[in-house]
Amino acid sequence: MEAVKRDIMLGEKPEGLEGAGFFATRLEKVVGMARKNSIWPLPFATSCCGIEFMATMGAHYDLARFGSERLSFSPRQADLLMVMGTIAKKMGPVLRQVYEQMAEPRWVLSVGACASSGGIFDTYSVLQGIDRIIPVDVYVPGCPPRPEQIIDGVMKIQRLVETESLRRRDSPEYKKMLNTYGIE
Amino acid sequence: MEVVDQERIIGVIKQKYEGEILRTEMLYDFLTITLKKEKIIDIIRHLYDHPDTSFKFLTTLCGIHYPEVNQIAVMYQLHNLVKNERLRLKIYLPAENPTVDTLTGLFPAANWMERETYDFFGVTFEGHPNLIRILNVEEMIMFPMRKEFPLEDQIRQDKNDTMFGRN
Repeated sequence: MEAVKRDIMLGEKPEGLEGAGFFATRLEKVVGMARKNSIWPLPFATSCCGIEFMATMGAHYDLARFGSERLSFSPRQADLLMVMGTIAKKMGPVLRQVYEQMAEPRWVLSVGACASSGGIFDTYSVLQGIDRIIPVDVYVPGCPPRPEQIIDGVMKIQRLVETESLRRRDSPEYKKMLNTYGIE
Repeated sequence: MEVVDQERIIGVIKQKYEGEILRTEMLYDFLTITLKKEKIIDIIRHLYDHPDTSFKFLTTLCGIHYPEVNQIAVMYQLHNLVKNERLRLKIYLPAENPTVDTLTGLFPAANWMERETYDFFGVTFEGHPNLIRILNVEEMIMFPMRKEFPLEDQIRQDKNDTMFGRN
């Protein structure tokens, strides 16, 4: 029995009051912990960063270790929008619609130089960074970034998810931020 | 391409459209004939029908902007699949109002190519069934491959020299 226990890494439990047969903590912390370890990502992969993402999901890097085993190809069930690759201006409205279809709480990870800033495609047809149309939580630099960097970005998202206040999405600041992107 | 074959192709055009040829040249072993713009569709149809040429395949069609002469060229590349011969035809249009007849009546494949040429160079193909932008966003107000339009997106702020430690 002892050997089996040593092989399993348990997540740290949040701070709280513990006694015989009970454990009391803040709801926010429990919800944050649950959300953090069950993020369903929606991969929006358009080019080479998408290939790196495939490696990230593969057995070697295995994003499933972080609770993201289940990719959501419908935005309705997704928690995290991962934009990987060049977004042409013509695709901008599509990306925006995908974001709008996602239910709150939702996070956005911008992977690679193209999604973050347009990258080398400084041209009339390419969107110069997805943050011109949707809010972005974490940017991953690189052209393309290695799977380690993508995992680092996902872990940064996890950190945001874990520590986010339950009331944040109802706050006027958040609504104001969305309004700057023209999203109701 | 052999000289005999070149002369055969040029001869077929000369049979009916002697005065339409402006220049013939061999560019990288590729016969290129510059024509007047008025009868271009008739000439392509003639090359299609004539048994000595039978160019029955349209490889490509595109625009080229020549700002130094203020003209936009339209290039047609034809292929004779029986003899495996290729031919390039070029016409020059004024850059202010480039207009030419559509080739879709002969080659349905010209439909999207002409839309692309319209999209990037603003060439109007008269008689085209659906001449709207094909690749760029519909709201675009310029013809981006014309050289007066800057290639780079003008909203980028991260490309000034201070970002690279220069001043």
